Amino acid sequence: MGNFDRSMSLAGEPPKALNTGQKLAVLTGMIGMGILILQLFNLKLGNTALWLTVSIVAIFAGIIWFSQAAYAHKHKGIKNDGIWFKSISSRGVLAWMAGIALTGFYIVLYFYPEYLGLVKDGDNTGLIALFDPLSKGLSGNPASQWFVYGTMYTVAILAFGAKFIWKYRHNKYEQLRTVSVMFFQTAFAFFIPEIMARLNGDLPYYDLKNMWPLNYYNFERYRINGFIDSGSVGMTMLFFGIISIFVISPFLTYKYGKRWYCSWVCGCGGLAETAGDSFRQLSDKSKFAWKVERWVVHSVVVFVTLMTTAVIYSYLGNDTSKYWLTKTMFISGVAVILTAIFAWVMIYKREELAKDAKYGAIGYFTIIAVLIGMHFFSDSANIFIFKAETLRTTYSFLIGSIFSGVIGTGFYPILGNRVWCRFGCPMAAMLGFQQRMFSKFRITTNGGQCISCGNCSTYCEMGIDVRAYAQKGENIVRSSCVGCGICSAVCPRGVLKLENGPEKGRINSQDVLLGNDVDLMDLVNNK
Amino acid sequence: MDHIVIIGNGISGVTLARHIRKLSDKKITIISAESDYFFSRTALMYIYMGHMKFEHTQPYENWFWKKNRIDLVNGFVEKVETDAKKLILKGGSSISYDKLIIATGSKPNKFGWPGQDLDGVQGLYSKQDLEMLEVNAPNNKVCNRAVIVGGGLIGIEMAEMLRSRDIPVTFLVREKSFWNGVLPAGESAMVNEHILEHHIDLRLDTNLDKILADENGRAKAVVTDKGETIACNVVGLTAGVTPNIDFLKDSGIELGRGVKVNRLLETNVKDVYAIGDCAEQHEGIGSRRPIEAVWYTGRMMGEALAQTICGNEREYNPGHWFNSAKFLDVEYQTYGWVFSERNKKDTEQHFHWRHPEEKVCITVAFDKDSHKFLGINTFGIRMRHEIFDQWLTENKDMDHVMTYLKDANFDPEFYKLYEDEIVAKYNADFNKNISLKKKSWKRIFSIA
Repeated sequence: MGNFDRSMSLAGEPPKALNTGQKLAVLTGMIGMGILILQLFNLKLGNTALWLTVSIVAIFAGIIWFSQAAYAHKHKGIKNDGIWFKSISSRGVLAWMAGIALTGFYIVLYFYPEYLGLVKDGDNTGLIALFDPLSKGLSGNPASQWFVYGTMYTVAILAFGAKFIWKYRHNKYEQLRTVSVMFFQTAFAFFIPEIMARLNGDLPYYDLKNMWPLNYYNFERYRINGFIDSGSVGMTMLFFGIISIFVISPFLTYKYGKRWYCSWVCGCGGLAETAGDSFRQLSDKSKFAWKVERWVVHSVVVFVTLMTTAVIYSYLGNDTSKYWLTKTMFISGVAVILTAIFAWVMIYKREELAKDAKYGAIGYFTIIAVLIGMHFFSDSANIFIFKAETLRTTYSFLIGSIFSGVIGTGFYPILGNRVWCRFGCPMAAMLGFQQRMFSKFRITTNGGQCISCGNCSTYCEMGIDVRAYAQKGENIVRSSCVGCGICSAVCPRGVLKLENGPEKGRINSQDVLLGNDVDLMDLVNNK
Repeated sequence: MDHIVIIGNGISGVTLARHIRKLSDKKITIISAESDYFFSRTALMYIYMGHMKFEHTQPYENWFWKKNRIDLVNGFVEKVETDAKKLILKGGSSISYDKLIIATGSKPNKFGWPGQDLDGVQGLYSKQDLEMLEVNAPNNKVCNRAVIVGGGLIGIEMAEMLRSRDIPVTFLVREKSFWNGVLPAGESAMVNEHILEHHIDLRLDTNLDKILADENGRAKAVVTDKGETIACNVVGLTAGVTPNIDFLKDSGIELGRGVKVNRLLETNVKDVYAIGDCAEQHEGIGSRRPIEAVWYTGRMMGEALAQTICGNEREYNPGHWFNSAKFLDVEYQTYGWVFSERNKKDTEQHFHWRHPEEKVCITVAFDKDSHKFLGINTFGIRMRHEIFDQWLTENKDMDHVMTYLKDANFDPEFYKLYEDEIVAKYNADFNKNISLKKKSWKRIFSIA
């Protein structure tokens, strides 16, 4: 932009430098990480429980100390000074190094857990062995790579959650929301499933807040058998899994928007909002990115719907005397539900959809065509030429591992913290569809107060160009909005407010903004 | 086909261009020497502070202009020949127009201080000013201290910017309390405290006498009217702005401080108009000043003039006054008119409430006799524009405003609300017995 070279400045531009407290805090945290990394080389440390404790405490202490050093001496308020000068938060060298390290970790985690020390028949070694004492204490079983991951994940949400709360100590909405994700991660994703495994070994591992289709494997045969075999507890859990999808989630999304899940409950969202908070400004706000987002995320919805239907279909029978739910009944049921939703949207919400209706129709008819084809041209194990199992493993590999883990989290420092939620999560897409069509939630734009500064768009982790709406005096009603509330927080003029109100007038495009000639507003806005 | 030429690509010119395009197929050209694409001037501070990059301050993507057939010319207009309907650009090229709109904005005031043109002395208005600040004050090693002259909105923003890089700042304010020509005393006093809290060396009731140069012609110190010499490397001149219209001197277009326009935003020369900061009404509209250098008014003038240019004649007829700003960490909003003690009429009375600890306060102005609500200032509380706009239109009285105050709150969910304390103080101050009504979505959304 300028006719001078920034790099000539010898001291660089503050405020990107770390203060002494922050440097010591980084050292402390790194010691904790160092203990874990040393374990990869299978160093025998002796008392593993002690070393694990030291490591986790050091990581916790490091992050909390860092936050204290960063925010405690400052006034409460927005803390974005220097974000675009710091290497880690502006796609600098540190960001790339962190991105590569995280990506590498995910690849090893998903595909080569033996390098982390997983031993199938026998005692774990290395990093995983370090977590054995904790795992045995909770569920009674030795640790797996997933236990290690789950523990680190929880530690990250708790420690960075504390940082986030400190950063937004003037903002009650941000604080409560963060306490909520910290709670759901710790209780629902971490402790409860481990303890249930201790109480009842046959129950499948079940994070109750993690519903289909995010939890795409919830209705696989082994899990359904597990639920059924575990008697009333199992059946209750299965029932809960189903009403979450059809009753609880639609109700809450209607009342509060999809934020009730995406930024108050969800684990993926929880990590993005806490550990990923430093990267929210990196999301791509271009119209092109929005287009890509809609195609990719809705394709994932189609994929997961087909895959799940095929998987369930493959293990159901044809004989009503054995089990009430047969192949024919199931597939007809799916078709009826989809048709009902499609018809309702087309009849009542056609105008709100505008040209997206076309894409919706394409998606719908693809699914229906495949379902019909599935029924008439497949035998019990195969869907067309694919095995249902192949469809499942492909989804699990492409979407479950590569997209949500390797890209979704590994690329935080490069693509922003909500890449998975925005481009890949079928759950977010389905809740988003409802949020756009049938919900009281909106971000209200405050009359004519917008000055088009761009803070809202810059800090929108979902890549929504919030300003494009605000500067038109228009409320923001977007399917992708997770309701994190940061646009409202960073707005210097008090323009944006997340709220739930009547559906009428929720979408309110206008060309001339409040504050101008009332006759002119009438003329232009009501034509 | 008419060729509409707009000089200046700020909010006024760009709003005008967008609305003309919505209404017509006219050929539109925007000329600017400041930047290739429209950016939000109010966001410049955030670039220096590292909150945003320059590209983030551009409200439209670069493809937008071509798609909407708005031609952008990067050039500096040196001369307007109204007889030939022609502009002469620096470098000698020319552009013909059928209709010309002057939307050239402002430039920082300089009051003839000795040393005001030295290196290291600058205002903060344009993109070039920001780039210059990056050179003059990249960090606190190059800039050991900055002195800011002029206690208005730009001055306090500049202080915030420099403090974000830990540069010591001395802030010379002519008034006895910050911005007290605009703000009532209680609010002004609160902002004074907040400025000091941010370790800004605030010098009230202090004027700049002169700026001293070092041997290289750079500012090295300022001398105040109190005789004090303050060593510094950078001097920020933020004592208000003035219309940027020097290039129109011999054009035949009537000039005052700004370009003189009537309510249709026409100048004395046919087919030449002026909007935004640089336009000067023959008489202020209502309680407004003849020159309104505010983002919102620039936008409104653009919205109105587009109609006139497209054949639907419309006066610039703004609705109820509103504005907003942010003083360091404290947000400020105003709806209607609340005048400072210095400027208010005898019939205007104030109700003031301030939180005992937090930097939160409000001032409500009303007519002493009729108790008609005139306006509200809020600090640290967000208010709903639609609600106050309606109350002003309906000439509501103070009791109504206090009774339904909860409807007007626009703070984020779960925020601590202060209506109870506010109304309790109102009741005590004026011997009233108002009881607050619960917030009603029905009332709120029947308006919005």
